[in-house]
Amino acid sequence: MASLELRKITKRFKDVVALSQIDLLVENGEFCVLLGPSGCGKSTLLQIVAGLVPQDEGSVLLDGEPVDHLSPRHRDVAMVFQNYALYPHMTVEQNLAFGLRMRGESKEFIKMRVLETARLLGMEGLLKRKPKELSGGQRQRVAMGRALVRKPKIFLLDEPLSNLDAQLRVSVRMELKRLHRQLGSTILYVTHDQAEAMSLGDKVVVMREGRIHQVGTPENIYEHPADTFVARFFGTPEMNLFKGRLVEVGGKQIFRSKDFSIDLETTPSKARSGSVEIGIRAEDIAIANDFESPLKGEVEMISNLGSERYAHVRIGSSTVTLRCSKKESLKPGEIVYLVMDHSRLHIFYEGKRHEEVKKGANERKN
Amino acid sequence: MRSESLKKATIFCGVILTAIFSLGPFLLFVSSAFKTQGQLTAIPPQWLPAFSLEFFASAFKRYRIIGYLLNSTIVAGSTTLITMFLGTLAGYALARLPRQLAQSILIGILACSMFPQISIAGPIWRFLRLVGWLNTYQGLILPYVALTLPLSVWILTIFFQDIPRELESAALVDGCTRFGILGRIILPISLPGVFTAAILSFIYAWNEFFLALLIMTDPSMQTMPVGIALFQGEHTIPWGEIAAASFITTAPLVFMVLLFQGRIISGLSAGAVKG
Repeated sequence: MASLELRKITKRFKDVVALSQIDLLVENGEFCVLLGPSGCGKSTLLQIVAGLVPQDEGSVLLDGEPVDHLSPRHRDVAMVFQNYALYPHMTVEQNLAFGLRMRGESKEFIKMRVLETARLLGMEGLLKRKPKELSGGQRQRVAMGRALVRKPKIFLLDEPLSNLDAQLRVSVRMELKRLHRQLGSTILYVTHDQAEAMSLGDKVVVMREGRIHQVGTPENIYEHPADTFVARFFGTPEMNLFKGRLVEVGGKQIFRSKDFSIDLETTPSKARSGSVEIGIRAEDIAIANDFESPLKGEVEMISNLGSERYAHVRIGSSTVTLRCSKKESLKPGEIVYLVMDHSRLHIFYEGKRHEEVKKGANERKN
Repeated sequence: MRSESLKKATIFCGVILTAIFSLGPFLLFVSSAFKTQGQLTAIPPQWLPAFSLEFFASAFKRYRIIGYLLNSTIVAGSTTLITMFLGTLAGYALARLPRQLAQSILIGILACSMFPQISIAGPIWRFLRLVGWLNTYQGLILPYVALTLPLSVWILTIFFQDIPRELESAALVDGCTRFGILGRIILPISLPGVFTAAILSFIYAWNEFFLALLIMTDPSMQTMPVGIALFQGEHTIPWGEIAAASFITTAPLVFMVLLFQGRIISGLSAGAVKG
């Protein structure tokens, strides 16, 4: 196991900057998730760490030692690919043994390790099969096994679950987490699925267009998104965001959009006046049952996710998504009054979170 | 139902007719090879041979075809080995170039193989005389390699292009070298393509007549097709021996194709599919 450090990694493809000045520290034994929409450079970053793609600038350090001059085979990293990349002409056993054989390990050692790994993943019965005789989930397991068997310094996983069906994805996700807890390995994991990032990561790195937008624990990112991109991208349903202005009226701060206004008397701290975006999560809005709040809208649609239900309410030209309680039986077309938990409002100036500096300072103290 | 079975019957008849049409002359030759001298010239012609080995014995004894066979084996075998070696390297490189660039190079390679043989025969002969390679194995192998390489490169490139790159990345991370990847991953997965290219190269070099006739003037260096063609004496054409020798030339090819056909099919089903 090892720690991984990236220093000012930059990568260009012709004129396109794929990665720009990426700094990142993954601690020993940490499960770090690179999260971002497709084309944000997260897979390229993984390939740079593996040594498959050379960076234009910057440095990759494993356990504090630069490995930029080392080829993939000398970096002692293992990688799991989205399409598994199993060797189709080899049996599962040969697939698992390949990396060890290439490193010149003894036959007995290889046999022992392969069996140990197969047992860990519960696939002793599959060793003699070829990849084409396996189901999608089994192939995924073999791909994991091929990485595990070598006990490398760090695991690099490139969207390893995206080819599985939804049900399997959740169970493999849990198994991954269990494996990580059991083995304490350092993992760098790439995904575009924020639910995966949230449930797996000790640390989540949100990326977009070759830049890191935010690094933090899933809870921290969910509670304090650094900007409007992260606010929208992280969490389902996405955060409600409204454009408008902050104005001071008689010592009170009021947010005004063209459809409604909110009294900000109990916001976390005093914000600057001017044009802003405010955001609020679906669970921080409720329906006022017994009084008429200033936020009046019409229920457009209800999405039922089984365990949870969300109502989409139209206020003028804006749509607000909120979580409804089980008891409420809303119907499309119904007129409702909404209340927002003002302490849970997020304020963004020019896309950036208000109070970012102060919040960051607090966290560092903690 | 009726039109369905009618369709099947028509297709079946068509297949039989095609088979008779293309195999007929071949069967006639095979039957001639196993006839006796008397049977061969009998009127009316006899279709069923007596399965005599008279002509085979004579082909080996009087015409010494064992030497021709040896020459053909050396030339065709070496051609195939060299072509496959160069073709694999070229094909791998081309398969990993940007598609557009690879396509232009492939078309260029193909263009090279479009010259009519007669137009390149002169220059080849003069070049070989210059380097003193007339009547040598390498003198024949060199042009054969040049002529079989384009098709082999095409076949191999197309096979290699279909192999996902992640497979190579996986092998690199697993600790394989580039050449290791070619030998341990790329070639085994492309076995069907490798066999196809190898068989086509071998058949070409085995059967080629014109250049062999031109370059190998020394009877001890001649290949099978040339040897057979020169059987005929001043007054006689030894049809029986020609048929026997032709049978000996063709049989290994047919055998090899049948043998490799099995390998090709097993290679395909052995999981040359995306991982």
